[in-house]
Amino acid sequence: MFSYLVRRILTLIPLFFGITLISFAVIHLAPGSPIDVLADLNPKMTAEAKQRLISYYGLDKPLHERYYQWLRRFASLDFGVSFSPDRRPVMDKIRETLPITIVINALSLLLIMLVAIPIGAYSASHPYSAFDKSLTLFVYIGFAIPTFWLALLALILFSVQLEWLPISGFRSLDYARLSLAGKIWDMVSHLILPVLLSAFGGLAGLSRYMRGSMLEVMRQDYITAARSKGLSEREVIYKHALRNALLPVVTILGLSVPGLIGGSVIFEQIFAIPGMGRLFYTGVMSRDYPLVMGILTIGAFLTLLGNLFADISYALVDPRIRKGGKG
Amino acid sequence: MADRDGDSRQRFLPKHNLSLFFLCLSLSLSVSLGGCSEDKRTETKSQRDESAASHPQPAYGDTLVEGSIGDATNLIPMLASDSASHNISGLIINGLVKYDKDVKLVGDLAESWEVSQGGLQITFKLRRGVTWHDGHPFTARDVLFGFQTITNPNTPTAYAEDFRQVKKAAALDDYTFQVVYEKPFAPALTSWGNLVVLPKHLLEGKDIAKSELGRKPVGTGPYRFREWISRDRVILEANPNYFEGRPYIDRYVTRVIPDLATMFLELKAGGLDLMGLTPIQYKRQTGDRFFQQSYHKYRYLANAYTYLGYNLLDPKFKDKRVRQALSYAIDKEEIIKVVLLGLGVAATGPYKPGLWFYNPDVKKYPFNPAKALALLKEAGWEDRNGDGILDKDQEPFEFTVMTNEGNPVRQRTAVVIQERLKKIGIRMKIRVIEWSAFINEFIDKKDFEATILGWTTGFEPDQYDIWHSSKTGKKELNFISFKNSEVDELLEKGRRTFDQEERKAIYSRLQEILAEEQPYTFLYVPEALPIVHSRVYGIEPSPLGISYNLHRWYVPQGLQRYDRTELAP
Repeated sequence: MFSYLVRRILTLIPLFFGITLISFAVIHLAPGSPIDVLADLNPKMTAEAKQRLISYYGLDKPLHERYYQWLRRFASLDFGVSFSPDRRPVMDKIRETLPITIVINALSLLLIMLVAIPIGAYSASHPYSAFDKSLTLFVYIGFAIPTFWLALLALILFSVQLEWLPISGFRSLDYARLSLAGKIWDMVSHLILPVLLSAFGGLAGLSRYMRGSMLEVMRQDYITAARSKGLSEREVIYKHALRNALLPVVTILGLSVPGLIGGSVIFEQIFAIPGMGRLFYTGVMSRDYPLVMGILTIGAFLTLLGNLFADISYALVDPRIRKGGKG
Repeated sequence: MADRDGDSRQRFLPKHNLSLFFLCLSLSLSVSLGGCSEDKRTETKSQRDESAASHPQPAYGDTLVEGSIGDATNLIPMLASDSASHNISGLIINGLVKYDKDVKLVGDLAESWEVSQGGLQITFKLRRGVTWHDGHPFTARDVLFGFQTITNPNTPTAYAEDFRQVKKAAALDDYTFQVVYEKPFAPALTSWGNLVVLPKHLLEGKDIAKSELGRKPVGTGPYRFREWISRDRVILEANPNYFEGRPYIDRYVTRVIPDLATMFLELKAGGLDLMGLTPIQYKRQTGDRFFQQSYHKYRYLANAYTYLGYNLLDPKFKDKRVRQALSYAIDKEEIIKVVLLGLGVAATGPYKPGLWFYNPDVKKYPFNPAKALALLKEAGWEDRNGDGILDKDQEPFEFTVMTNEGNPVRQRTAVVIQERLKKIGIRMKIRVIEWSAFINEFIDKKDFEATILGWTTGFEPDQYDIWHSSKTGKKELNFISFKNSEVDELLEKGRRTFDQEERKAIYSRLQEILAEEQPYTFLYVPEALPIVHSRVYGIEPSPLGISYNLHRWYVPQGLQRYDRTELAP
């Protein structure tokens, strides 16, 4: 087990640097540059003023040199200063936006699991029943409906007509004046719609995955064996089949990590939530290289960590993988 | 500056929440002097004047919440290039001069000024007794410091150019600031807006780009900075010591809501008091009783126009008659009706109707396909082979028009034009390209046949950079390569002339030539469509828009909505 772990971690390191190198190259290859916003078709912008800005941002240096400098700064965990006019450290911006994004995505992932796993398990144990079919229909509707459209409909109903929930942002204007309970409810009420709606869109994937995995398990010999022992169908399904069918779901969890942080540009956009998805989007649109690199790096890091976590938990629950590693 | 998507409001992901609306700097001081433009009609305003003939008493208090699709980036005006930043910093920081209601240049922090030595020297007399928000007195040294900062090569600003024309600047005493120009430069005066006034006592010896002040500005304006929650909101509060008197409305909150549909719902639910509507919201979604009672809508011509520009290096477009024919073949009214839902007017030239330098009596191109065909025939274009497409020397008349991604209004305009040109036998293809690639690969390299783009304009008629023949180099703004010696002369003369009547004559002639030559087919001037909650009084629309006198707006006592403590920290 230990050597398996070490090997996994060692392979991650070159992978990580490979990702940063490719990211760095790709974002610089995209047409445009951070000074376009200031300079494009701007009558006040002379060629020399443009040149000054280019050297101000260090864009006149060759790409490999810039990557080397980026790596050196990164070695001390410094992502540099954003190219946006506010010139704030990238780290500060990420720190501001990451928590809210993680909270929303984690809650929605949790909700997806709580709903999708039972749906998948039930569908698999009653395959092709009317209930299975209607559940399948339901999750596909969630998958197929454009989320921004559904979000607007939900806003019109719950926020404009019924006035139950706030519309946008994640704190009210009078937040600071509220009592502690009021503050908590204020936050929660702002999060209800974004979390519910993003979960609705994500149900299909996991529930179908769960159903497939469960059907696969049901065909295994040990299920036949369990049945032939005379166990009740209930026990067969929920004790033997479910536990094994959940294994692949662990992998899905690990792979969901990038979604947790990059996730929901669309939801943050619609609900005006100041999260990292929007930060990343504006960063890309204005070619804010340090910011984009910072977010990509953190994303890569967390993704690899998620993979590692998935591998480890897989190894823990499935001896074949551990043993196979030694073989 | 190019108006990248000033008129594209209805989109799902607003493409540039960063710096969407490009401000034109050259052409205007609109940056520092606030907002919109000409007041065409104020539909609901008149109703209100009847009902509230007895204007209620102005009162202090209440909060105004405005919606903005993008967050501000930096609240030091010279460092920001997005309208969100300038809208907010415009309330915090004053300039030396500003435009009044009638678009006349008047003193702001300057009490008066004198132009001498044939326009080479400007001497500003500054107001006395003005203090910065931190209590420090404002003097000519602050202006000098601002000037030195903006011309410092290490300052990352897009606005230095006007100030580089200055040969010498000096603070003669605490309240006298003098600049001497290399050569007479008429647009100079308007440049002394709020870009160059900085609190020296807070910034001296510091790197302005990394200064705290960009996040926590200190100015002399009607509102002072309170709090900025990134990507969420900026809160300003009234400056009780403002030199024109304390503003009535206590707090001014800008909320960032990147999606326009959400912003509209927020308005409907009462969470916003002020936002800009899209044409469809203006026309179809705000007509019911609720909106009529709770809100007032305004409409003015925006400081912008959209055009179809021809690459004059292309042999097809070299002939003036061809360009005129295309202008006759395009139905501008149809474009306005279809694309803007009627909320705009046909453009006749590069200026917005209603301003002092606008010339209404230029050659116009009403929709007339027969005339277009006649002109084309004169120029040698005829359908000789009967395939429905005009040809000349065996070449069919076809070209590609390019425009940028993320601006559906422009794309729809292109489609309407395509249809019209098809009817007279011209095949036009449309190509939509992402902004950066579009500018860098095609416009800057002059590798295009025709393009649909827009310019933001302003209250200063100088357009040297767009029309002068010396500006046809790569990456310069006369990318259609328009060359006309009379235009060159007029542009040069216009820059040297300070007298308004003389300038008016110069720019009137410029407009006549452009109308005759049709280097662009000038398409339309869109309207800005702000909506404001009806409890707010004191709004006086002018060609500048509505927000220029925001510090005089008020909410009468009984109608106030937010109490004073509500926004305490």
